[in-house]
Amino acid sequence: MARDTVLSFTEKGLYCPAGDFFIDPWRPVDRALITHGHADHARPGHARYLCTKGAAPTMRHRLGEIDVQTVTYGDKLTLGDATVSFHPAGHVPGSAQIRVEVAGEVWVVSGDYKTTPDGLSEPFEPVACHAFITESTFGLPVFHWRPQEEVAAELNAWWRDSLAAGKRPVLGAYSLGKAQRLLSLLDPEIGPILTHGAVEAMTAILRDEQGYDLPPTVPVTPDTDPKAYPDALLLAPPSAVGSAWSRRFGPASTGFASGWMQLRGVRRRRAMDRGFVISDHADWDGLHAAIKETGAEKVFVTHGYTDIFTRWLNDQGYQARVVETEYTGDDGEGE
Amino acid sequence: MKRFARLFARIDQTTKTTVKVAALAEYFREAPPDDKLWTVALFSGRRPRRAITTTKLREWAAEKAGVPLWLFEEAYPIVGDLAETIALILPPASRQTDATLSDWIAHLRALTDRDEEARKAGILDAWDQLDPTERFLFNKLLTGGFRIGISQKLMTRALSQATGRDEAEMAHRLMGDWTPDSVTWETLIEAEDASADASRPYPFYLAYPLEDAPESLGPPEDWHAEWKWDGIRGQLILREGEHFVWSRGEELMTDRFPELARAIDFLPSGTVIDGEILAWDAEAPLPFNALQKRIGRKTVPKTLLKEAPVIVYAYDLLEEHGQDLRDHPFAQRRDRLASILTDLPPEAPLRLSPTIPFTDWQALSDTRDTARDARAEGLMLKKLDSPYLSGRKKGDWWKWKLDPLTIDAVMIYAQQGSGRRANLFTDFTFAVWQGNDLVPFTKAYSGLTDEEFRKITAWVRKNTLQRFGPVRQVKPEHVFEIAFEGIHESPRHKSGLALRFPRMSRWRHDKPVQEANSLADLRAILEAHG
Ligand SMILES: [Zn+2]
Ligand SMILES: [Zn+2]
Repeated sequence: MARDTVLSFTEKGLYCPAGDFFIDPWRPVDRALITHGHADHARPGHARYLCTKGAAPTMRHRLGEIDVQTVTYGDKLTLGDATVSFHPAGHVPGSAQIRVEVAGEVWVVSGDYKTTPDGLSEPFEPVACHAFITESTFGLPVFHWRPQEEVAAELNAWWRDSLAAGKRPVLGAYSLGKAQRLLSLLDPEIGPILTHGAVEAMTAILRDEQGYDLPPTVPVTPDTDPKAYPDALLLAPPSAVGSAWSRRFGPASTGFASGWMQLRGVRRRRAMDRGFVISDHADWDGLHAAIKETGAEKVFVTHGYTDIFTRWLNDQGYQARVVETEYTGDDGEGE
Repeated sequence: MKRFARLFARIDQTTKTTVKVAALAEYFREAPPDDKLWTVALFSGRRPRRAITTTKLREWAAEKAGVPLWLFEEAYPIVGDLAETIALILPPASRQTDATLSDWIAHLRALTDRDEEARKAGILDAWDQLDPTERFLFNKLLTGGFRIGISQKLMTRALSQATGRDEAEMAHRLMGDWTPDSVTWETLIEAEDASADASRPYPFYLAYPLEDAPESLGPPEDWHAEWKWDGIRGQLILREGEHFVWSRGEELMTDRFPELARAIDFLPSGTVIDGEILAWDAEAPLPFNALQKRIGRKTVPKTLLKEAPVIVYAYDLLEEHGQDLRDHPFAQRRDRLASILTDLPPEAPLRLSPTIPFTDWQALSDTRDTARDARAEGLMLKKLDSPYLSGRKKGDWWKWKLDPLTIDAVMIYAQQGSGRRANLFTDFTFAVWQGNDLVPFTKAYSGLTDEEFRKITAWVRKNTLQRFGPVRQVKPEHVFEIAFEGIHESPRHKSGLALRFPRMSRWRHDKPVQEANSLADLRAILEAHG
């Protein structure tokens, strides 16, 4: 079989002719293999879904009644003439890279990924391949993530300082992935963590049904008495920060966590009191290291700073090219 | 530098002006005098002489970061700020330092006279001992332009809180042609009798836009009306036989407009006039386009002096015979202004901006509609009994501008924004019809809400037809109303036209592409208003 037929790039998404399936397609298809549950990768309307055991429950929550088959990381599945397996991507709990092998030729679709362990998501695992399909959300050399302990210390200091200044800390984060990562970094010794319904739903699934190690949370209801939780921090989707929902907890100090907070300009546009640089995508060095470790010669760049990153990869001796997709990266996730 | 970095972080982390002012006031109470003086200087646009060209800084930063220069150059417009790009791209510092802001400025100044090797070593050594915020600020010292959300007004307020002195007095002390070498913290801020500086202008009084009907201002007879000119607001100061010209941005522009030097031949020392600097063709103002050629030129070639000579269209008298008139009612100041200007010969570079007589608001409103014929942007309304205040204070002066001109145009190219909008598409090119072709005629990058920018960004990603480097050609599908303040011929543009202050005023979801305007429509606007 010709080398280029492992995956082709179609108007509906990445397609494997040998196995007759799509990966993270953006138009309805018969069979969709899904890397992870974010809205730009797991879309509604497919006849059949295939994803990891860890990704399925939150996906069901988001997409409702869907036909899902699940696999364990590393299991090999035969689909037509293709062999398929899922491997941890380190992006959010349950997220995967998808390895597709056809006649000895191996391609890996990485979805979204980060290479440094966050203590919650299954850590990124390099998978050897001939062709690697990568994102480049933060594919510029100005993005360097600091160790997460340092940012955790900043977060907790902000929680304490806000309380001391008579302000209610209200932290905005996407409800799947980022919110749970923040939960794992926040120090429950300081006070209780109050959650917005959207955050609580995802957290309950991951913690209570799936057993991820997350601290207890207190879901906010219309009956919640703000005075009963003087030391609490509020965790909510970005759209709820500054809304009536958070205002009833008194004057707020608002915070937002995202890789974009590295840029002063974006931080200021958000008009939040504090920006914390925490991303579930690989930074510049992470992207570089991940690609190198696969041993791939060919690299396809899907979303992010695709043109610049591709040019740089070509400079480094890879055969790289941009692939047009409808993935949106960090601004589309759950907002 | 740590204290200055802390101050910066506190200012930068908040959107509340009270918190900013409190942080600054605390700094002005506690920091060493030299640091305070430099902070005032930097925040008011004064900076140390450039020790290194930005080209060199880019090269050295890319080299130190181990990235090719082209990659640095691609990252810079996305970050939107050179100092920040360098701070972010460099590897982490290997050590720490307690050197203060003024220590670092001294370090930089010492480098100015050294050879390139020594300068490079000095800069790399500095980068290697500063944390990311300090490094950003250090780079700002090198690249200039300390625009960090501290207006002159906030700084004045903070100084007033820290010293217990009046805000207006502080504002006046900070004006003028001083540098951190010509003054000390003591003489500039604290000394009882700050030495009178002949060049020192008065803080400008700024008008508010009139949004309600003019009837809301009360009886017409309490008001003075004149054209709102489309030039550069300036203060002409004649003192001790010299002349000085200040812009509203408190920039000294004396050398840019040499023809104004003749004012001393016609008016006595001790005169300060507030007015509009306009390009002038012996009888009437030239379009702003003509003045634009003069802006940004520190020295003016003779041909340009002939082509676009300037005058001051005077509208207020702030000082006469060395006496501050700002407390006098506007009507009196205006009378005195008229009396010193009436008998001037035509070669004097000054004219009195004419009064527009009116007795009822409706008649005045009709006059306003003809503003473009007078080469004006609209009307100014000034209360006859008002003193000359400082800053933007509501109530006494109103600008009553014409509604902008508008045209419905099709978006055809999109480009990602920078800085604040690095992850959004915000720079667009618009076209109008010429037969079956869409002819690009303007760019615009403001006017939409963040929410609209997010929507259009998602759309652009899905509807790119072709890429030209950072520019994407998109499907001609969306119509936007483009508002602008003026239009003129421009052979440099494909359409033969150029707009002044174009912005997106409305996303016309209701309009199909076929109903966008045509080049003929634009030409008609040019005929009527150009
Ligand atoms: Zn994702
Ligand atoms: Zn993605």
